[in-house]
Amino acid sequence: MKDKFAERLLLFIAFSAILSLLLITFFIFQQGIPLIFKVGLKNFLSFHWAPTQGQFGILSMVMGSLMVTLGALCVGIPLGLSCAIFLAEFSSKPVQSILKPVIELLAGIPSVVYGFIGIVVLVPLIRNLFGGSGFSVLGAGIILGIMILPTIVSISYDSIKSVPAAYRDGSFALGATRWQTILMVVLPSARSGIIAGIILGMGRAIGETMAVIMISGNALRVPHSLLDSVRTITSTIALELSYSTGDHRAALFACGSVLFIIIVILNFIAIRITRRD
Amino acid sequence: MIRIGPRTSQAIAYVMLLTLTVIAVSILVFIIGFIFKNGFAELSWNFLTQKTTEMGKEGGILPSIIGTLIITILAILIATPFGVGTATYLSEYTKTGPVRRVISFGADCLAGVPSIIFGLFGFIFFVITMRLGWCILSGALTLAVMILPTIIRTSEEAIKAVPKSYREISYSLGGGKLDTILKVVLPTAIPGILTGIILGMGRAVGETAATIFTTGASLNMPTSLFSSSRTLAVHFYILAREGISLPKAYGTATVLIIMILLINFIAYRLMHRFMARYY
Amino acid sequence: MDKIKIRDLNAFYDGLQALKNINLEIHDHEILGIIGPANSGKSSILRALNRLIEFDGGRVTGSVLLDDKDILCLPVNELRRRVGLIFASPVVLPGSIYKNITYGPKLHRRYSASELDDLVYYALSAANLWEEVKDRLYESATQLSGGQQQRLCIARTLALKPEVIMMDEPCSGLDPISTTKVESTMLSLKDQYTFVLVTNNTRQAARVSTRVAFFLNGELVELDRTERIFTTPRDNRTNDYIIGRFG
Repeated sequence: MKDKFAERLLLFIAFSAILSLLLITFFIFQQGIPLIFKVGLKNFLSFHWAPTQGQFGILSMVMGSLMVTLGALCVGIPLGLSCAIFLAEFSSKPVQSILKPVIELLAGIPSVVYGFIGIVVLVPLIRNLFGGSGFSVLGAGIILGIMILPTIVSISYDSIKSVPAAYRDGSFALGATRWQTILMVVLPSARSGIIAGIILGMGRAIGETMAVIMISGNALRVPHSLLDSVRTITSTIALELSYSTGDHRAALFACGSVLFIIIVILNFIAIRITRRD
Repeated sequence: MIRIGPRTSQAIAYVMLLTLTVIAVSILVFIIGFIFKNGFAELSWNFLTQKTTEMGKEGGILPSIIGTLIITILAILIATPFGVGTATYLSEYTKTGPVRRVISFGADCLAGVPSIIFGLFGFIFFVITMRLGWCILSGALTLAVMILPTIIRTSEEAIKAVPKSYREISYSLGGGKLDTILKVVLPTAIPGILTGIILGMGRAVGETAATIFTTGASLNMPTSLFSSSRTLAVHFYILAREGISLPKAYGTATVLIIMILLINFIAYRLMHRFMARYY
Repeated sequence: MDKIKIRDLNAFYDGLQALKNINLEIHDHEILGIIGPANSGKSSILRALNRLIEFDGGRVTGSVLLDDKDILCLPVNELRRRVGLIFASPVVLPGSIYKNITYGPKLHRRYSASELDDLVYYALSAANLWEEVKDRLYESATQLSGGQQQRLCIARTLALKPEVIMMDEPCSGLDPISTTKVESTMLSLKDQYTFVLVTNNTRQAARVSTRVAFFLNGELVELDRTERIFTTPRDNRTNDYIIGRFG
């Protein structure tokens, strides 16, 4: 019967997402993992990345990614959470209906545009204010923080909005102000959603490529200060892929594998946290 | 310690939150305004319709506009059947259970994969293994996988929003499951589904890392699905990073942002019309 | 003649039993009124008759015979064409009035354009709606008033030329004039169809039904001619419900 046929066909189609995911995992790992075994963990987990000379140490890039992400979180969390709280609790309906799309529009701006603004505006600013080249962890952190803002705002906003009215009413009935209610009732209830949003934002920041390339300076060393140039895992892949061959290319896929694993873990944690509600 | 009363701390908190919100919104306005201010001067009929010459220093951006449009539309055409099909299956054929969890998990994970990984994947799978080479087709296929989760998510919500009574009525009139889905559920859910498609389009247009390694960066007018091409975002990136032409870079960015704003605006209007119908 | 025979029907939803050992016959060309308080199984029995109960996740044991044939042996969409159901709140499908009426018939076979026009005319006339909408057949059905929409739902069912028409509290939420129109539609079509009317309005049941069945807690308590039920019911519970001692 055509109903049965349709059901089978749709089931097959429905697996396209998971199939793509498996394909991606398979191909990236297939290219990258053998290299890790070939050069050994000691080489791979060192600070020295010079692929043309057989050195495939990713740690300086991992440090770079981590520092830049941390910077992003320092910028994104206060700004994002504040926006979310303000929008959800203190602003009127018309204001919300204007501001929320505006913030979501921020998410639509391509990363290359962010990177460009970073080069043209932020880098000279940092250079003038603090010295150095301007291409720095600080710059990358700020721009990334702005880029993950919409993610944090959206998810936190939804979490705050979904706290039942009964909780708030109970608090008001006891004479608490709006702000006290937010601090003591709303935020704790929305906590897991907010954390999930932050973790997803973290994933975005770690995975960001184009903006980071343009601002971070791409110097292959462990940063000692916020003003140092730094290289992330993503930048390395993007900068070197087109001219890499053989082991070098395989090493880039190995970097991709590491990145992929980190992001899958982060997403998994975020999903588990939201599921626990 | 000065004791701050609850009303005072609320006032302080309000001011702080307001300030930060204003900062965040100003940043957005600043970014768009800055690009537009410097880029509008560059926008001319010539700029939009001429071929690119001198590595981008002269000429217009027509090849990139065409390339971007073809890749994006092709990606949508590929991803939509799979996305809508998956969403239909998820909302009409499964309740909670292992199958549903696996499919949802796949879609959620795919949504979190960064674009550079898609670039790597597209490169090794479509360009090299499938021997498609750097071309529009490789890029479109890669972008299709990238926007699949977006289409699945919004389509699933749109389909779920169709009132249960519509389905009941269709069944009571003797319709089968497929009839009901094709003739009642999907047509009703179309505005929501379209919203998802358009949002996916917006994402695809701005992509750089995924397209530069699959479609390449050729400045020629694309002649077939197997031509290499340079999307607007890639062109902008190269102009900016190599410092080829700052004015042209601003111009390209302006065109790119206008395209994205337009796409998002249309998506929003559609979503509102859809919501208004049922809520 | 018994149009529908129900034997030992039990229905379960998630472990709750909605119908307990129902045995009853529905005569051809009668209007059977089903009355009873909330949760007495009134809606469940309708949904069991057109197998919509499976759609809700319910489970059914026992047998239902339509013209002496087990309904489980009929293709389900054929069953639903022959046994139509009208819901309590009118739900019009998105689209024009014309489209609403022709959606059902087109599911079952192909029609020519003129056949469809005739069908629409027939259905709307029989449902007492033709005069009011004949000039706006192609306009959206959502523009109609509540009473008109309910009559549209009746017309939609009539377009399938069913044999049995079941109505689940069709007039709840309708104004008295629309209610009268729906009731007179039922009475005028009685000779062509068989009606099963579930209502929580006992006076409505008294107005239109040939026989009345009283359900309580999933059981059929009493079934008799309308005059008997409302003047000298045999069971005390029937009496208590009718005079309003509980509801």
